Amino acid sequence: MEYKQIQELLKAVNKSNISELSIKDGDFEITIKQSSPETQYVAVQAQLPAFAGMPQQSIAAPAPAPAAPAPATTAKETAAPENGNTITVKSPMIGTFYRSSAPDKPPFVNVGDEIQPGQVICIVEAMKLFNEIESEVSGRIVKVLIDDASPVEYDQPLFLVEPA
Amino acid sequence: MFKKILIANRGEIALRIIRTCREMGIQTVAVYSMADKDSLHVRFADEAVCIGKAQSADSYLNIPHLMAAAEITNADAIHPGYGFLAENAGFAEICAQYNIKFIGPTPEMIRSMGDKMTAKETMIKAGVPVIPGSEDLLQSVEEAKKLAEEMGYPIILKATAGGGGKGMRVVWQEDELEKNYHTAKQEAAASFKNDGIYMEKFVEEPRHIEIQIAGDQFGTVCHMSERDCSIQRRHQKLVEESPSPFVSPELRQQMGEAAIKAAMAINYESVGTIEFLVDKHHKFYFMEMNTRIQVEHGVTEEVINFDLIKEQIKIAAGIPISGKNYEPQMHAIECRINAEDPFNDFRPSPGTITVLHTPGGHGIRVDSHIYAGYTIPPYYDSMIAKVIAIAQTREEAINTMERALSEYVIEGVKTTIPFHQQLMQNEQFRKGDFTTKFIESFELKNKPS
Repeated sequence: MEYKQIQELLKAVNKSNISELSIKDGDFEITIKQSSPETQYVAVQAQLPAFAGMPQQSIAAPAPAPAAPAPATTAKETAAPENGNTITVKSPMIGTFYRSSAPDKPPFVNVGDEIQPGQVICIVEAMKLFNEIESEVSGRIVKVLIDDASPVEYDQPLFLVEPA
Repeated sequence: MFKKILIANRGEIALRIIRTCREMGIQTVAVYSMADKDSLHVRFADEAVCIGKAQSADSYLNIPHLMAAAEITNADAIHPGYGFLAENAGFAEICAQYNIKFIGPTPEMIRSMGDKMTAKETMIKAGVPVIPGSEDLLQSVEEAKKLAEEMGYPIILKATAGGGGKGMRVVWQEDELEKNYHTAKQEAAASFKNDGIYMEKFVEEPRHIEIQIAGDQFGTVCHMSERDCSIQRRHQKLVEESPSPFVSPELRQQMGEAAIKAAMAINYESVGTIEFLVDKHHKFYFMEMNTRIQVEHGVTEEVINFDLIKEQIKIAAGIPISGKNYEPQMHAIECRINAEDPFNDFRPSPGTITVLHTPGGHGIRVDSHIYAGYTIPPYYDSMIAKVIAIAQTREEAINTMERALSEYVIEGVKTTIPFHQQLMQNEQFRKGDFTTKFIESFELKNKPS
């Protein structure tokens, strides 16, 4: 494989959700590993013809799981769960994230809880206005990504949910 | 002095403000839309907050999102830059309500200059020359004739609901007035369903010459001389320079005094610009006031050796200005480089910059947010860089600009660099003999790629 092809291959893997790719072609062998920041995606078996053209054409796309954006400065990094696909619930607002409606009240949701669409899962407060954030999916809370009373920005990941 | 400033803007001006804040020891917060994640201002600031989707309405124009970002970062001031919310009185008011200093004028000052009729009335009261015009819509041909005689020909009839050059008629002498009166009214009715027309003196071969001013919170106002911005295409400035080749020291003094009068009339606080039209007889008329920092402010900075953003921040922090006026000590020319194809009617050319070499050397300043590998998003304006050439004389500044443009390499997108190169070689431009009509007759030679 030529250097330029390897470069293209690296670019393609980097752009995709693939975490590991191995290619064997006669005497030539290459393994590319990429650490994924959050959720795990369905693993892909790439079917590879002989290298004639651009390598990126021969890499199959992974199953479309909702992609997580680059985490913001205040986000906590989390280990990816073991199996299946998970949905990331992101903040539609900028403000301070609260897990319960008041300091002395229990959190709206905990890890392991089942949630329904329309159910309030947290509060994001800005300018003294408390906004209840409702879930758009049904499923199970796998992970809470933000500490209570932490600032969050637009589109910041808040929860990992395993869809029902 | 402020501890932390949130910059409610993007691109090169956000970088510009961050640079001065860094020199002043002030912490900076950048805000960015989803489309601007990789923008340079995000990386240069001390903190960054994503404030919404790519569309400006969802992000840079979204006041609740901006205020929330200021709240969670504990910013004590907001710099609005130019464009976006810089002249939005409502935004300035909300900042005041939340006790976050808006780095600019008060909401009342913004409002008084935002409404064109009110601005004109204020200027007349202040003794600032304005374009003579009818006070109301014209009611009859007779009234029009009388007014035109008072003003002196040529005059222009304009549709009150107008725009795009429709419903406008220039009349050079009295025997043409009646005919044009009727056709102007008809065109206005057809184009805008409103046949109301008014009259203004037609400024012959106007030059667009503006005066930079600054006012503090204590009533002191000063001016920093002029910028000539006559090189425009469809009312968008392309090239600006200071001093203007058309302005004598006497005219500079007169225009400077008029600009100070205009700013004092509204007790102006912060930096701003008074725009004038200047006719071939060296008579100048107030056009409008921009109550913000402008794109071309760097031109003035280079010829008077002054940091206008620093001055703006100091004024907002309650520091008085010296009151001294500033005159150009050098000659500076700015070319605005846009991601547009000048050989295809200036069609916008967003995309990824693959190769970049920025000009340098003596007498060159480049304000830009682009870098090799940067993808210019299609959601915002197309300006990607400002190149300023500074020299002792105008001719040398033009030569420096030519040299700099020839070494400016931007690959991956089309830019207006070739257009500026041809402009710098144009004889009329080099002579300094141009008005706002210049670009209309400027022919771009088709260069083979």
